Amino acid sequence: MKDHAATLRKTAFSLLALVVLISAGLQFYRHRNLREPVVLGPGVTDVKNLSDYFDGISGTINDAHVYVLEGEEPGGAILVLGGSHPEEPAGRLAAWIFAENAVVQKGRLFLILSTNRSATTVTRLGGAYPTDYSIETNFGSRTFRMGDRWSNPLDQWPDPEIYIHYPSRQELAYIDIRNINRTWPGRPHGTLTEQTCFAMTELIKKEGIDIVIDLHEAELQYPVISTIVAHSKGQDLAAFSSMMISGMEGFNIGMENSPEALRGLSHREIGDHTDAISLLLEAPEPFLDATRGRTDRKLLLEGKDRFIVRAGKHGLLFEKIDENGWPIALRVGRHCSTLLQIFELWTEEKADRGLVVSGVPRYSDIVDRGVGAFLKNPATADPNRIVYE
Amino acid sequence: MITVMYYILAAAVAVLLMINFLRSKKWQDEILYLIVLLPFILRLLRLK
Repeated sequence: MKDHAATLRKTAFSLLALVVLISAGLQFYRHRNLREPVVLGPGVTDVKNLSDYFDGISGTINDAHVYVLEGEEPGGAILVLGGSHPEEPAGRLAAWIFAENAVVQKGRLFLILSTNRSATTVTRLGGAYPTDYSIETNFGSRTFRMGDRWSNPLDQWPDPEIYIHYPSRQELAYIDIRNINRTWPGRPHGTLTEQTCFAMTELIKKEGIDIVIDLHEAELQYPVISTIVAHSKGQDLAAFSSMMISGMEGFNIGMENSPEALRGLSHREIGDHTDAISLLLEAPEPFLDATRGRTDRKLLLEGKDRFIVRAGKHGLLFEKIDENGWPIALRVGRHCSTLLQIFELWTEEKADRGLVVSGVPRYSDIVDRGVGAFLKNPATADPNRIVYE
Repeated sequence: MITVMYYILAAAVAVLLMINFLRSKKWQDEILYLIVLLPFILRLLRLK
């Protein structure tokens, strides 16, 4: 009788566990397999893959699309990286707006929307992040994967006890072996994240890229925020861009030098290991602040949080915040305008290596009309002009 | 190679947890074994 009761109890517990397993498993599966359409804009002339530059990444989740926008007039080449840290969505969305709207008259623009695609398929463990977010448009909404700072452990596991960066041999946090902004310039026989960086380094060398711009967001308690971080080769360009943007675009952005002692970051290693100038843009993202309240889609997209406002009143922040927060339109608009200003100033300075782009909204346009106004409708687009991230 | 070894380890731990669950006499321990088992199964199924 006692054994029978125990068997019944174990069966009931097992069924309950199975329900939890299926429920959680479905959520994880849907997150990892959510398809994000990119409606190729009129300026996209080719869609390549990272494996076109380094075969070792072929067949992996990080064999990202490389959108090429080539103008009729020869000029320079600029690479924009969105989604290095997919938990910082303004960078991905800004690159998305370029892919769906930009037209290049002179030079070549290369766009990667999912620099670390693996990291778009997982959210921070224990962080209670939403798995996706939707941008409202006049035809409905477009849904994107919310991601993490690090590659998905399903794609790269286990982590080492200590991560020794290649080639500097600097010791970094063990988990940062999955952080694509700590594994530049990468290596061909390294981990998936290192291989991804190696593939992009090969792209930069083979395509003769002049400037690489890596799009990020930062918590307000982090001192490197609302700024352009520049390799020494790009100091003049960054400083001039900062002045022009602060004077003309309706928002302020600073400029900082890339520290020589901090290894593995794009603004450091790309400049050191290739001929390209490397820049990194940071926009404010309250969602990432440790003192935030509920971590939901609303906070992600509106950037409003009373606890962070209170932290600001105590002088704990490096960027202003009030009850209006930091909506996604402001953050994406900052990136778009900063990119356009950098392109314009670069072209003024180096006419033969210039990049002339049109069709992309600036900060004021995006703040006025919202991000969704510049995303295209996949349902009415030519199916041959849709690519999935 | 090391990844494969970690999956084998995860499978071994999952089997041990299941054996312990089946042998357990206390309902509190049974729940505990199942809660601990879930992430191992999710990893083995490559869901999380």
